[in-house]
Order: sequence, then C-alpha cells, then structure tokens
Amino acid sequence: MTSTALRGRAWKLLEMVTTPLLPSDYLDLVSPLRAGADLRGRIESVHPETDDAATIVIRPGRGWRGHTAGQYLRIGVDVDGVRLWRAYSITSPTNRQDGRVTITVKAIPDGKVSNHLVRRATPGTLIQLDQPTGDFVLPRAKPAKVLYLTAGSGITPVMGMLRDTEFDDVVMIHCAPRPQDVIFRNELHDLVADKKLRLTEVHTDRDGTLDIARLDELVPDWAERETWACGPAGLLDAAEEHWTEHGVQERLHTERFRPGIVVAGDGGEVTFSSTGRTVDADGATPLLDIGEEAGVLMPSGCRMGICFGCVTPLKAGAVRDLRTGEITEAEPGVLIQTCVSAAAGPCDIER
Amino acid sequence: MTATDPTAHLTAEQIEELGRELDAIRDEVIAGRGEKDAAYIRKVISAQRKLELVSRGVLLFSIFPPAWLIGTAGLSVAKIMDNMEIGHNILHGQWDWMRDPKIHSTTWEWDHVSPSDQWKHSHNELHHTYTNVIGKDNDLGYGIMRVDEDQKWHPFHLGQPLWNFLNACFFEYGIAAYDLELGKNLHKRRRKNPEFRARARAVGRKIRKQVLKDYVIHPLLSGPSFLPTLGATFTANLVRNLWTHSVIMCGHFPEGVQVFERRSIEGETRGQWYLRQMMGSANISGNKAMHFMTGNLSHQIEHHLFPDLPSNRYAEVAVKVRALFKKYELEYVTGPLPKQVFSAWHKVFRLSLPNKKPKVKTPDSVRELVAA
Ligand code: FES
Repeated sequence: MTSTALRGRAWKLLEMVTTPLLPSDYLDLVSPLRAGADLRGRIESVHPETDDAATIVIRPGRGWRGHTAGQYLRIGVDVDGVRLWRAYSITSPTNRQDGRVTITVKAIPDGKVSNHLVRRATPGTLIQLDQPTGDFVLPRAKPAKVLYLTAGSGITPVMGMLRDTEFDDVVMIHCAPRPQDVIFRNELHDLVADKKLRLTEVHTDRDGTLDIARLDELVPDWAERETWACGPAGLLDAAEEHWTEHGVQERLHTERFRPGIVVAGDGGEVTFSSTGRTVDADGATPLLDIGEEAGVLMPSGCRMGICFGCVTPLKAGAVRDLRTGEITEAEPGVLIQTCVSAAAGPCDIER
Repeated sequence: MTATDPTAHLTAEQIEELGRELDAIRDEVIAGRGEKDAAYIRKVISAQRKLELVSRGVLLFSIFPPAWLIGTAGLSVAKIMDNMEIGHNILHGQWDWMRDPKIHSTTWEWDHVSPSDQWKHSHNELHHTYTNVIGKDNDLGYGIMRVDEDQKWHPFHLGQPLWNFLNACFFEYGIAAYDLELGKNLHKRRRKNPEFRARARAVGRKIRKQVLKDYVIHPLLSGPSFLPTLGATFTANLVRNLWTHSVIMCGHFPEGVQVFERRSIEGETRGQWYLRQMMGSANISGNKAMHFMTGNLSHQIEHHLFPDLPSNRYAEVAVKVRALFKKYELEYVTGPLPKQVFSAWHKVFRLSLPNKKPKVKTPDSVRELVAA
C-alpha cells in the first residue's frame, strides 16, 4: 500500500473517532496555520503609513502558495463579530525573507473593514485568506522602460512591483491630495535619491487632477514605455483613451479596484441564477414569494423569519430585512432568509 | 384547553401593542449584537472540544475507577454542552449573523443520532411555528402521550408514565424517530415513499457513525479499558438523555402552560403569535450554571419569542419580557428545576387516566355550534 493510501486510511479512522466533527476541527484549536488547514493568516504588526493608511504584516498559513508582484489578496476579517471579505493589493516583494506578506490599506469613509484594519486591528488576530490572484502583474521578460501611473491607494499594487523587480529605467507619476497623503513617500524618495526611480508627485489639492494631455510634457517618451496604471476610474478611463488614440494600447495595463458600493434601492430586478429566471420585484414582497411566483423551487418553512429553513446564498446585489430595514449586501458566503428579505435594488439569488 | 382563557382580559389592540413592545426588545438586541457575542460562542465551542478530548483521554485509563468517574462526568457534560448550548442554538441560526461558515445553521452537525437537517425541520419549523397547537405541534406529548384534558383518552395512555421514562432514557433515539415521523410513516403506504426512505437511510447512517464511535472505536482504543470505556460512554449518553429530556419537558409541560386548538391559529397576527408563545412555554429558574447547562432553554419563554437571538442574551431579555408579563397581567410560568420536573411528571401521570369533559366550552367550539 502506498503511503498516501495509508494516510488516507488513517484519516478515515480519525474521522470515525471525531464524528460528527472532523479531525481538523480539533487541530484548528492548536494549529490554525498548519499545512492542510483552511488558509488563514495571523496579523503580526500594523504600521501606520499616513493619517488614514496602514500596512498590515501577515504571517500566512503553510498552505500559502506565494504571489506575483502586483496581485491582490482577499482577506476575511471579523468586524464586530461579523466576517467580512475584502480584496487588497499585496505590497511586499515576492522574495521577502521571513515569508510574511503585507497589504497596505487606506481607510475609506464608512469603510467597515478598512477602518477596522487601519485603526483597530491588533497583532495576534487570526484572519481568513484566499490565495492571491489578479493579472495586473509584471511580465517575465523585463521591459526596457517602465512607467507607473498611480493615484491615491492605487499605488499599492505598484509598490509591490517596485519592491519586487528593479528596472533600468522607471518613471512614476503619482497623484495624491497633499504631500502627507502620499503613501510610502519616504521610501519613494529614497529610491529617487538612489537614482532607481524618477518620480513626479501631483498634489491634486493644489494642482488639480492630472490632465492626461500633460503626459507628453511630464514623460516625453511615455508611448515607448510599458505602463502600469492604477487609480480611480476617471484616471484609468482617460489613460485608456489616450493610449488607444496613439495606437499603443497594448503597452497599457490597468487595475480597477471594484467599487464596493451597492446603491440600495427599493425593489429591483431579481435573478434566480441556478434556475435562470429573472423577474421584477418591489421593495415590500418577500423574495420567497417572488421566487415561488416565478416558479422557482424555494426552500421554506415558517415563512415568518424564525426557522431558518429558507436561507439561500445572495450572490449579488442587496436585500432589505423587512423586519428591521437592515440592508445586506452580497459577499461570498452571505446567506439571507428569503421569507423576510425583499429586493433592495437588483440582486441575484442562488436558486 | 384550560377551563378559563388566561388572556381573555386583553383587547385586540393590547395584543398588537404587546407585539410591538416585543419587537422593540428584539431590535435592541440585534442592534447590539457584536464582537462579545461572537467571542462567547467561540469560547464555548472551544471549551466543549477541549473537555471532550480530555475526558476521552482520561477514559483510555478507565480501568481505574477514579479515571472512570472523572472521564464519565466530563464526557457527560461535554455531550450536554454539545447538544444544548452549542448544537440546539446554532441550528436555530442564532449565530448565522457572524457569517462564519463553521458556526452556521447550514453546516453544523451535532453529537446526536438525529441528523441536524431533519431535526431543524421538525423542531425549528414545526414545533416553533405551531408551538403547543394540538395536532400541529408534535412536540406535545411526542405523539405518544396525552398532555391535555381535551385530548381523547385511550387505554394506551395508561402506560404513558412508562413510555415517558423509556423515552427519557433513549431520548436521542426518540427524537430521531420523532423527526422521521416514524409513527405516521410506518404505515404500509408511506413506508415506500422514496423521500421517507432517503431520510430513514440518513438517520441510519448517522446512528451507525455515532454508535461506532461511542461503542466500538473509543473502547477499542482503550485496549484493556475496553469495557469500562464502553460503560462510561453509555452512562454519559444516558445522563445527557435524561438531562435534556427533563429540560425539554420543563419547557412546555408544567402545569399552567396553555395548549391551543388548531382553529385558534387561523389568521393569527404577529401579536397573537407572540402571545401564544408566551402562554405556551415555561422557564426554569436558577443560577448561571443552570442556564448554561440547559443551553439557556431555562429561558424557554424568551427562546420561543425570539428563537434566533443568541442564547447568551436571553438572560437580559428575560428581565424585560417578565416586565411585560406583569404589565399585561399574564402568568409567567417558572420555577426551580425539581419543581418543574415534578409538575411535568405529575401531568403525565394525571393524564394517563381518563377525565371528565372540561366544564367550560372553549370559544372555538361555541362558534362551531353556532355555525352548525
Ligand atoms: S421560512 Fe422560516 S425563516 Fe424563512
């Protein structure tokens, strides 16, 4: 018998010992970061970068597969007891000696997770991780000339690149409201002092937003450069237009942060994605009734919010709790009670 | 139905007002739910797992009597914690708001022979929706007992103290059979129903796993302590069964608890539903340890009003609920465990004998006569 088969048998036996739990439920008590566990990480320290941004140092569990410079990481953090998932760019280089990774987070107004991470997260806290993803990354073959075009927290994936790979000729244009809002400012200036980077800071409070037409003046050879751009949609739209106009769009790589804001309305179009049915719903009728009327097989029980027999994943959009008025937005793993929830804008119910 | 309706003094408006006041209590807890509550359930789960591990570890040496005693006691408590404060409450969705897939009503499985999804259906859906409605809530007498004067007497009921005792000893099997609606489904026609058969198979699988773990694998691992470990696990299951049966009997059987007729819940309003939960449940008084070991089902009244609020909040909710009982001049049935257990058993014995027809007609049957 092979050793994997033997291990498989031993595991089966162990499962019999721990039923109805799994052996991992017990192992998690002592070793949550071990190989084979669900991927988690431990926050080891939090370093403030600016007034409203901080870098979080995370020790990932043994199952961590490593990242490519420029990628992002989804993390699940418990805020007020509720697990919330968000994506953040990785700002550490891929070859960091101690195996830690860092993300740099800017607290956005009313952002539950970002404010929690910047202002309240404490070392020792366990968080949930996904493997890193994203194709806003550096190519294998080194380009001769590079331009980084960033604004605000759009600098974070680019910082991951800057720290990871050295190029002979790198120019960066970075926009932020004021000098003190520039995340990583000291490190950027150090790179400039070492002649590893040419940097233009645009301080939008004084200079206004960057006019893409000024690019010719700021970086005359921009069209010859392999460019990575990350920032607000306005900047990226302008850049894409500009690069296309000059027929060099293949040199431009952009990363858009998914706007995390769902506008909660009153009613909307409801999609039952497994059944493939879409219907209009008002803001007062329970989704359970909407689904049943549309001929979707909906699980149900008490129909009054007490039995939890109707819980169903909310894949996209937002719903309103008809009892409390509370809005729930779709996130991975979010289940709703369809008998006491109504559409608050377009939404997608996994049924 | 009791001779007099203890809610007769309330007007329809008062009942709706009562409903609104209860909703406000609920909203307040929900608004304040947070980190502390999450930390609480995580701590309880971790304590339970550690206690079970240690107890099973000690039982490996249960050939020595002190080890047997300590291990058996620990395992009994661990099993009670698993079923009561953890399993029952998680399966009610009380902790779903945390969005932790590991502590969620859709994923939790408990140390019990009834698979959690079947139990959720019969308990959360049927029992909690139709609390104490004769003919709809099978928890009333579990289909084997007569629990109200109005129910028809049958010579079979003479034996109900014995049935109840046996049910208490093998309570988890009783629950599994009950969740399967075995009595109803064993009739020839229903036995072949594929849906029933699938559920019966699921129960069979769960029983096999549970029995294998408790009575084969763990004793075998104990080597020379095989028999003592087997006895210890049997004892722990027995203790857990007797305990949970007692606690659950106290929830709806003590004297003073009302039962309702099927027709009385037609078109029930939210206020009326709340009122039925208030009149259909009974509490157990006691200290913190008592509340914990009953899985806070000692706050049965509060639990029935708000089955999805986290159990650690029932104690504070109880103070406000009790004030409402007083305000609306309703009887809050509560008492220490021995008193409530005695009261429930007393009823079981009393109703095993036939009784005269109740003197006062219920409003429902009056309406029926008029209609006829
Ligand atoms: S059907 Fe019971 S909670 Fe929705």
